[in-house]
Amino acid sequence: MSPLHAVRDAAIAAFVALAVALPIVGVRTVDTGAVLGVDFRLDWVAAIVATVFLGRLCVLLWMGRRERAPRQAGMLETTALGWLALIGRFLAYGIMGFALILPMMSFADRYVVDTATQVLIYVMLGWGLNVVVGLAGLLDLGYVAFYAVGAYSYALLAQNFGLNFWQCLPLAGLFAAFFGILLGFPVLRLRGDYLAIVTLGFGEMIRIILNNWASFTGGPNGLTSIPRPSFFGLEFSRSAPEGEQTFHQFFGLEYSTLHRLVFMYYLILILAFLTSWAVGRMRKLPVGRAWEALREDEIACQSLGINRTMTKLTAFAIGASFGGFAGSFFATRQGFISPESFTFIESATILAIVVLGGMGSQVGVVLAATVLVLLPEVFRDLAHYRMMVFGLAMVLIMIWRPKGFIGARVPSIRLADFRRPAA
Amino acid sequence: MLEVRGLQARYGAIEALRGIDLDVKAGEIVTLIGANGAGKSTLLMTLCGQPRASGGSVRFEGREITRLPTFEIMRLGIAQSPEGRRVFPRMTVLENLKLGAIVADPAHYAADLDRVLTLFPRLAERRDQRGGTLSGGEQQMLAIGRALMSRPRLLLLDEPSLGLAPLLVKQIFATVREINENEGVTVFLVEQNAFHALRLAHRGYVMVNGRITLSGPGSELLANPEVRSAYLEGA
Repeated sequence: MSPLHAVRDAAIAAFVALAVALPIVGVRTVDTGAVLGVDFRLDWVAAIVATVFLGRLCVLLWMGRRERAPRQAGMLETTALGWLALIGRFLAYGIMGFALILPMMSFADRYVVDTATQVLIYVMLGWGLNVVVGLAGLLDLGYVAFYAVGAYSYALLAQNFGLNFWQCLPLAGLFAAFFGILLGFPVLRLRGDYLAIVTLGFGEMIRIILNNWASFTGGPNGLTSIPRPSFFGLEFSRSAPEGEQTFHQFFGLEYSTLHRLVFMYYLILILAFLTSWAVGRMRKLPVGRAWEALREDEIACQSLGINRTMTKLTAFAIGASFGGFAGSFFATRQGFISPESFTFIESATILAIVVLGGMGSQVGVVLAATVLVLLPEVFRDLAHYRMMVFGLAMVLIMIWRPKGFIGARVPSIRLADFRRPAA
Repeated sequence: MLEVRGLQARYGAIEALRGIDLDVKAGEIVTLIGANGAGKSTLLMTLCGQPRASGGSVRFEGREITRLPTFEIMRLGIAQSPEGRRVFPRMTVLENLKLGAIVADPAHYAADLDRVLTLFPRLAERRDQRGGTLSGGEQQMLAIGRALMSRPRLLLLDEPSLGLAPLLVKQIFATVREINENEGVTVFLVEQNAFHALRLAHRGYVMVNGRITLSGPGSELLANPEVRSAYLEGA
């Protein structure tokens, strides 16, 4: 884009900013005692308009500079891919190691462990959705539905049948997978925008059902006193019931509420590791290869004898089951769930994690989940400006890395797998 | 090997195939030539069950396959290199080939990979390059190689010469002959490039407006004045 075009474009952006800022920021009502007065803040408006103008101009000029220097593809790519895989692996091990020792660090107080747990829930959800969106290329805007199914499955099974967390976990996954297939059937023929709309509707349906079926789900009041998981039968409470021991008594520790938090942290860490391992394995199995092939070219897939129906349904079912696992963990961590926790904004956040991380990339999801959960936390001091910083950060990331943090796809077959043909 | 009888297909109200009779015998290279829009690609797709035939029958090795779903047809020993190549753009050459073998017995994978990479040494050089960054000719090789990975007895090729330089077309067609002669794969080739196709094929069919109008040995069709004036003049 030429500088002249950039200036014109920036001027248009500035005009839009003016139109928005003038009534919202520019005019303020003030209480002058007797009557309500109006105060004009035109200096604020001027500042906003100038910021937008200059910001837009910088972005355009910067992007224009990048467009003029196209990246070399082709022959160079082979070595680049090798490096990328190496860096990715190194990064993955580094993150894993850090996650393992995090609760033992000196700075790991309640807040840190709790926030890290929050990050891990989103990592797991991101990996689950990655199967559907990143690998199989099916845009799902209602992923939160499976999260909700998992959470309510655990809560209801525990309350009505007295099952414990470990018995409920696989069941919650199964229920979620079943709902995944339920969603999958009607949308088999849909792609892209149409699929997105139906999945969006599905997510809302589940939430509305949970909200209105009060006799079963508790309606808007939700479900309370959901049992906490125990550590091989040892409770995390101050005192145990008659004839039993608690965690701190068994290990001879001083009672601390941190024990349970750390236990929860490791619980979700293990679940997340399992998810990552399972998805990584599946990418190399025929079913995972078929998912990726389906994303790339549906017609070519069929010409290779891939069953499109089964491939889509397994993607929905397996992606959903990970959401279900995460959901039951969420329920047991909170001890209380209500439809409020499963709104569209959750689906949007999880999708943002997948897209921001780079479609299909596991390490990317970790980075994106960390950024998306931590950003609002870090900027807590900015009070009501923090969502503005959050939005700004997302815009900047998408300009800086349009394909996500880790945009390049790492091949699923390495050089080592290749045997030279007999010459 | 392949018997097509009275095959019909339609897109909505438009009849694309108006009763096709056609045979491919084991070990042959058979070509189908015709102008743009004659229904050549439709015929090939209908053989694979998409669109589904609205009349007539297709038998493969004596077995009725007209009503089978596409993915089952493609598991019987038929493979297709689709029109426009359709390689998986973000996947490497090796991954594309691996996908070609997705319904095959994994025990044959290593041997089949060797075989395909020997047929197309270019693919061996580019094995870790993404499909989308290959040249047109390389993509065509990849599409054929991918189809061969499932060990087909019948290979369906849809316009392999499309958009390729003359020298590359020659090379591809030479490889097709090699596949047929050395590996015993029967080939059914749909082409607009009538001259090369008829020289390569044992037998040929000419298609006009959804009907077969002429058939015979490749050399005979090449000499036929009608064929010459319609498809070969100026070529």
